[in-house]
Amino acid sequence: MLTFIVRRTLWTALIMFVITVVVFIIFFKTPGVDPARAIAGRNSSPQILAEIRAQFGLNRPLPIQYLLMMKSLFINRNLVSYSNQGVLVVPEVGAAAPATLSLVFGAAIIWVVVAIAMGMAAALMRGTVLDPLLMIIALIGFSTPPFWAGTVANLISQGGLHNTPLFSWVPPLGYTSFTTSPSLWFRGLLIPWLTLSFLYIGFYARVLRANLIEIQNEDFVRTARAKGLRERRVLIRHTLRNSLVTFVSLFGLDFGALVGGGAILTEVVFGIHGVGFLTYQALTSLDLPTIMATVVFGAFFIVLANAVVDVGYAWLDPRVRPN
Amino acid sequence: MATLLEQVGPESTEPDTGLRPEIVGRNPWALAARRLRRNRIALAALILFLLIVLMSFLAPVYAHDVAHIGNPLAPNLNGTTVAGGKVVPVMQEGTGGLHLGETPIGPTWDPHHYFLGADDLGRDVASLLLYGGRSSLQIGISSAIICCAVATLLALIAGFFGGIVDAVVSRIMDIIWAFPVYLLAICIATELLTHSNGIPVGPLKISADNLWVPTFIIAFAYVSYVYRPIRGQVLSVVRKEFVEAAIAQGASNLRLMFSEILPNVVSTVIVLLPLMIATNILTESALSFLSVGVQPPNVSWGVIIGDGEDLLYTRPWVSLAPGIMIVLTVLALNVFGDGIRDALDPRAKLRVDG
Repeated sequence: MLTFIVRRTLWTALIMFVITVVVFIIFFKTPGVDPARAIAGRNSSPQILAEIRAQFGLNRPLPIQYLLMMKSLFINRNLVSYSNQGVLVVPEVGAAAPATLSLVFGAAIIWVVVAIAMGMAAALMRGTVLDPLLMIIALIGFSTPPFWAGTVANLISQGGLHNTPLFSWVPPLGYTSFTTSPSLWFRGLLIPWLTLSFLYIGFYARVLRANLIEIQNEDFVRTARAKGLRERRVLIRHTLRNSLVTFVSLFGLDFGALVGGGAILTEVVFGIHGVGFLTYQALTSLDLPTIMATVVFGAFFIVLANAVVDVGYAWLDPRVRPN
Repeated sequence: MATLLEQVGPESTEPDTGLRPEIVGRNPWALAARRLRRNRIALAALILFLLIVLMSFLAPVYAHDVAHIGNPLAPNLNGTTVAGGKVVPVMQEGTGGLHLGETPIGPTWDPHHYFLGADDLGRDVASLLLYGGRSSLQIGISSAIICCAVATLLALIAGFFGGIVDAVVSRIMDIIWAFPVYLLAICIATELLTHSNGIPVGPLKISADNLWVPTFIIAFAYVSYVYRPIRGQVLSVVRKEFVEAAIAQGASNLRLMFSEILPNVVSTVIVLLPLMIATNILTESALSFLSVGVQPPNVSWGVIIGDGEDLLYTRPWVSLAPGIMIVLTVLALNVFGDGIRDALDPRAKLRVDG
């Protein structure tokens, strides 16, 4: 188990390195963007530009510039944004992270809990109208563009119905941190949470249902019943644990991808100033340091999620453990 | 005393294969087609998809002959149209006077005059919807085909040659996949679009509003996603005896790859294709919504939704209509893809339904 973890960590580091190099190469030589000019501001004299170039190492060869940027990102943590003068990138990402994490974790909790409940209900009530209903919800859920779902949610909650008791509790678009006002934090995030989880619930419920049904026919379940265990115990302790395997691996992948990049769309639509929103702004102004920091943040989460899924998979199913 | 033969009974001359007579001796593709034909829901989904394709194909017919608009993509801020029997300006005056606070007209529900209303540039939303469909469908379908073709080729090469070739290609694919898909697509698109006078590709210069730019970006982002399952299939086919037999017959590598392995892998690709078209349409709409996909003057469903954001509370149909089209198209593709998968591998269906 230990060598497994060590190998995964090394692989993670390699992937992160490659991602940073790729981002650097993509954005570094963009025409029309001269970082020195962007940092110095308008009307700057050639001397100032030369000074800035020397200070930020912009006239050094490419690999050296890359190393300088990595050093200021990870070690010194004093990487400065190109477009917003003087703004330190790492604290900026750090300040935006709670918004994204609140959004994504909240949605994930809702989607996992409801999907497990729905999946189990559908497995127990097989053959009833619940089956095609679940199928329809799942299909519509993953056929809807996330940003459009958010737009429709906004239309309903902020538009004409805003003044009715149904939606008057919805605050204007934006994010308030938990420490500022827990009530506003919750009310502002509830609709984004529900929108985001709607996209995934149906699909995950179906996956769980399929696995539950498949496992119900296995021998060990028959043995458990033959032993005289109560049905509920059989369901939860024996069947569910094995059925969760696919669920967990898919969840890890989707969750990682969501934090890594999918959250951009939801944050832009709902006006939540999280890391995704920051990425979007940085991309429109071609602000390489911020882009680098946000992409590293996203990639790190994806890789972390994959690793957690692999370890969790091994824990859930001992046959998978490398020995 | 009865002999054993008498007890067993008269022997039948037909071999007892245990299969129903109508499927004995028919090849798997014919059987799959038969299963698909019986799946009414999948067929309905296919028809829905083809209808949407047809509608988009006929976009110029609608624009010129039904709605009588010369150039649907051109702004029409000062135009007038007929609504409810009266001639009204397309952009209704706001209270500001200086063309400030103007609102485009809402849906007239008259197919000849601004059926779904106008957008913020005075263009007919219904025509835009059909033209947008052309772009979205073209990008979705062509990027899916390119993606699947490239991934299949790479998977064949990696799976067949194995060893170091497989290791290198698979690692590269893993690294591409580690990059968040949407971020990768957005990054590349943003970078390419900063080249305002054309993207240099060797000796060519491709203009930024060419639809092939988002096509290739999206295809690139999803290659590794398609590569994995196909490589798995290739690996399992390579070990089979008929491949060994072909090698013993002296088949060249090329013949082995394309005549022996590829036909057995192709069913996986066929199942993936509609699903990839659906995924790519969704990705393209997301990119266009963020303004890094299809560029003006071209239009796609995502672009229309993005343009309709400002008008969301006054003219919701500008954003609602393209979204509904996307949901219908992607839904149809997903249901049809499910149907194809059930047709090609009925055992999977049995597992799912218990």
